[in-house]
Amino acid sequence: MKSEGPRVGSTSRAGRWPRMVEMSGSKAFWKALEKEGVSHVFGLPGGSVIPLCDELLSFDLRFILARHEQGAAHMADGYARASGRVGVCLATSGPGATNLVTGIATANMDSSAVVAFTGQVNRAVIGSDAFQEVDIIGCSASVTKYNMQVRRASEIPVAVKAAFHIASTGRRGAVLVDLPKDITIDVEEMEFPEMVHFRGYKVEAKPDTRELEVAATLLAKAQRPVIVAGGGVINAGASRQLVALSEYLMAPTATTLMGKGAFPADHPLSLGMCGMHGTVAANNVVPEADVLLIVGARLSDRTTGAVKSFAPNAKVIHVDIDKTEVDKNVETRMRVVGDAGLALSGLLERVGALRPKAGKASIWHKKVEELRCATNGKNGNGAKEGYLRAPDVIKALRKALPRNAIVTTEVGQNQMWAALHYDAYEPRTFFTSGGLGTMGWGFPAAIGAKTARPDVPVVDIAGDGSFGMTENSMATSVEEGIPVVVVVLNNQMLGMVAQWQRLFYDHRYSAVKLRGNPDFIKLAEAYGAEGVKVETMQEFEAAVRRAIDSDVSTVIDVPIDPEENVYPIVPPGMGLKDALLEV
Amino acid sequence: MSELHTIAFIVENKPGVLFNISNMFRKKNFNIHSISVGAIPNAEVVRITIVVQADARGVYQVVEQLDKMVDVVEVKRLDPMRIVRRELALVKLTTTDPMAREEALTCINDYHGLILNIDPDTLIAEVTGESDEIDAFLELVKPIGIIEFSRTGITALEKGRLRLERGEM
Repeated sequence: MKSEGPRVGSTSRAGRWPRMVEMSGSKAFWKALEKEGVSHVFGLPGGSVIPLCDELLSFDLRFILARHEQGAAHMADGYARASGRVGVCLATSGPGATNLVTGIATANMDSSAVVAFTGQVNRAVIGSDAFQEVDIIGCSASVTKYNMQVRRASEIPVAVKAAFHIASTGRRGAVLVDLPKDITIDVEEMEFPEMVHFRGYKVEAKPDTRELEVAATLLAKAQRPVIVAGGGVINAGASRQLVALSEYLMAPTATTLMGKGAFPADHPLSLGMCGMHGTVAANNVVPEADVLLIVGARLSDRTTGAVKSFAPNAKVIHVDIDKTEVDKNVETRMRVVGDAGLALSGLLERVGALRPKAGKASIWHKKVEELRCATNGKNGNGAKEGYLRAPDVIKALRKALPRNAIVTTEVGQNQMWAALHYDAYEPRTFFTSGGLGTMGWGFPAAIGAKTARPDVPVVDIAGDGSFGMTENSMATSVEEGIPVVVVVLNNQMLGMVAQWQRLFYDHRYSAVKLRGNPDFIKLAEAYGAEGVKVETMQEFEAAVRRAIDSDVSTVIDVPIDPEENVYPIVPPGMGLKDALLEV
Repeated sequence: MSELHTIAFIVENKPGVLFNISNMFRKKNFNIHSISVGAIPNAEVVRITIVVQADARGVYQVVEQLDKMVDVVEVKRLDPMRIVRRELALVKLTTTDPMAREEALTCINDYHGLILNIDPDTLIAEVTGESDEIDAFLELVKPIGIIEFSRTGITALEKGRLRLERGEM
């Protein structure tokens, strides 16, 4: 690359980096990313981003080449969740951009900070249906927190700064920046701002003191307080404050699917996950609360079951950074809008003043304890000949992994078995596509997570259906030396749909049998990864131990009975207490 | 209970903002009844007034969602008791018959309208008022013969010292 040396702009001051420098849009792009501390970009190039890729050669940034843009977006998402920083992905115009959309929607719905950059055709031909032109701003409007098309080279640094600011502050989300090809080539005077300001973008992190006081009064008077913690607690880094408040109130604490890891699963007050596939303890204790504190959760239908029986006798307090989530699905007595950490410590301080003694165990806690010991579905029955039981596999996996290992899941039965039976002890150790429910998410997300945390084992708990959707990410994993473990719970079925057909459609299977699955061992080996088929629990445990020490990714193929259901399950439209334990 | 609500916005004056706002109404399944848009000079913002049919809870949610949007500087549901509302209509009438022209002039006068253009066979009138007044005017001149008409949709301001933008007047 030719060394041009920055040309000093008019506003430079002695002894400081010149503020205005002349450079190409591409150079400004990577420089702006560097200033945001970006070390990894996941993506796949195409015609409109060739100038960007060319300029990348002179920057010390690692470009991780995906095999499909959806994989790139999921990798960036996994990276963001594992690191707590912004994940970045890049795709070309047209199909590259549309392939990103599922990944962007997944990240945005789960409040994951992802910035997606898309190439676009030259400004002069935008709107002419040029080759590989798509209106990605229109396409992505509903699935991003914000999006923008940059119209001048000199606006690139501001756009990058704005994208990172919006994605990573307040309620996190996905931001898309569309870059017409010609502006990445144009050379203009560039200024790199330290701050950006939007008149209409308000991040209110500090909760209102009156809201805190009313909420604290409700909590201090509670006889049967219960806490439900969501992913917002993890994003806010507020697990410590959550545990402190829970212990002071002696409040049994459940998490949502997204909240797994926010509260240690082995804590005496932990109820596990509540919701459609929640634990017996969580689903029976949450509706009994007289004061229910919701923190950083948006209370989707999958979490609440039938809303009228979710918290029928409770005064609900809802803490959320996003005020639009409060009162959206569950009617609240008091809202606290702001950062979960600030809100929880503010509540603890005030509850402490109102009720100087910490809560003690009561008859209510004894009942809770009994429920905690209850099993989650049938346990006694052994596995059918030739199959392993999914819950046993997940529990064995938990034992084989260190406490801080990271697990991602695919979507469907594998996801719910993982959510129920895999105990997460620390925040940012359990990731799943909770909101959008994107099959194929877990594997590329695991690669992204491993990129951010090379120091811990990363395992994707997969199903055969989901893994088939993004298995081509294996090429990236092998090529880039990012080893992860994929546990395929292989039941030759689209298992969750099959389960619904068994339970609610009179056992009529329609479009769920996966007879054409590849041999996953040979598939792994074809990519240069390792594959192992296990037939006993001992073999599985040994395979996991070997896999987490391996330098390449390992696919562990686990035979699961196609007829095995995930229990408990709350039938659609029913309350949490109406869960079926077995049929 | 579903009724008409008036929502006023100040938004950034850049491409795509109107799309994002109307997209939000679409997502929440509200049909926009009327919309009027006007740039505020030198401020790089636009003031928008939208009338929408919705229940109170739905409208509260959509306002909160809109407030969250990056390019929406201010948004407020206007209290119908504390605002003045106006809509402007241009109406082209056929007036070949002298009697018809006479009658048209009377109607326009009654509604304090203006005549903007007179051709041998047609005239264009401008009428302003609340939406139901415009409706009534159109009903009144219908027998004369409306060739076409165009309405701006409601625009509104709060009474007294209230204003949409924060800060001092």
